[in-house]
Amino acid sequence: MSAKQLIKVTANGRTYERLVEVRMTLADFIRQELDLTGTHLGCEHGVCGACTILMNGEAVRSCLMLAVQAGGAELRTVESLAQGDELHPLQRAFQNRHALQCGFCTPGFLMTASAFLKDNPMPTREEVRDAISGNICRCTGYQPIIDAILEASSELQRKTKEPPV
Amino acid sequence: MKPAPFEYFAPLELPEALDLLERYGEEAKILAGGQSLMPLINLRLARPRVIVDINRLRNLDAISIATDGGLTIGALARQRTLERSTFIQEQNPMLAAAMPLIGHFQIRNRGTIGGSLVHADPAAELPAVSVLLGGEFVLRSKSSARLVAAADFFLGYLATACRPGELLTEVRFPRWRPDDAWAVVEIARRKGDFALVGVALRAALDDGGISQNVRIVMFGVGGKPQRMEQGEALLNGRRIDEALLRELSRVVAEELDPDSDVHASAAYRKEVGGVLVRRALQSALAKAKEPVSQ
Repeated sequence: MSAKQLIKVTANGRTYERLVEVRMTLADFIRQELDLTGTHLGCEHGVCGACTILMNGEAVRSCLMLAVQAGGAELRTVESLAQGDELHPLQRAFQNRHALQCGFCTPGFLMTASAFLKDNPMPTREEVRDAISGNICRCTGYQPIIDAILEASSELQRKTKEPPV
Repeated sequence: MKPAPFEYFAPLELPEALDLLERYGEEAKILAGGQSLMPLINLRLARPRVIVDINRLRNLDAISIATDGGLTIGALARQRTLERSTFIQEQNPMLAAAMPLIGHFQIRNRGTIGGSLVHADPAAELPAVSVLLGGEFVLRSKSSARLVAAADFFLGYLATACRPGELLTEVRFPRWRPDDAWAVVEIARRKGDFALVGVALRAALDDGGISQNVRIVMFGVGGKPQRMEQGEALLNGRRIDEALLRELSRVVAEELDPDSDVHASAAYRKEVGGVLVRRALQSALAKAKEPVSQ
């Protein structure tokens, strides 16, 4: 079997076909081949959570997968959250609550939180703490991040209750 | 760091996977959930010449009930699937309860039951739980298939009875005994970290509250899951009261022979292990709705 393989993935609704080295991680593939540099790489061994993306709707560490393993999968990265100039409620809440300082870890937190809120739309503070335990932030001390995720959860709940305009 | 070059195969059928494992033997590493292997190859602590990715094998994640009422789980079943499954919660609540203790949810979305067992990290939950529950593992190679008891499978630090060329395909657990008292708990620096000390235990209680068939298995305290035989002997045939719980802590702390590492000293692990066993038993009894007699 060759050292390169052709793979086809859908990322943020767009389909890509690329010939990739089998040893390339999914995280490097997303950044270097798809130019989606919002996904950040911290530790590259599954500890920091900065590279968290959604694969087929589930949050995964993209540094702990090979790109070839994602062949046929549907990926979502942080670039999928905002609609044009309009930030996603999670992003707005992170801004309101000062849930980032340097911002390096933020894409991972946002994707973790977006998967978590889909599973648990109205979490308690304790459940949010648990959900983000796999992501490391060295700036904020986490409290503003928890506040932001709780704020976004209320906002998303309010939105789903509103009748469509 | 980035992985060193390797040859990559992602077979679709089991015989093809077993052919590859036979052909490459010790040069091949099996890639399942990748939550342990990928860090190792990213850091080049492992440089396998060949990777056999089993993620595309069909039906390797099936969950079913055997004719004897036991639970059969395909090696590729994701930890998150087992955690969320109401079927697993009914058929083996202890296994379901162990899942949230493994890493973080992003890890469990990929991590598999088989991968955790074969990696055999001494601080991992599933090896200890499978020893406690009397699990059995189906190991297949191109030319053979064998059943190995969990108690015989774990040999030491990251070492198991799985030979080059063999693939763990299936994990079996005996029929759950719903009346048993049980608990699985651990102490870790932070939630999701590897356990500094952990315990899985189970006991049958008769109508008079006398415990029988006590099993205590500890993890994070040696190279492999450790049965606490003296602790078990202390409890068997006795009514559990406060004095016995205190005695259990003492006996288990004495029985433990852990190593020191950067995270915790051996003395700390002994002390905490004794306390943790007592707490686990108390929580098991509370869950079984058997009041501790004073």
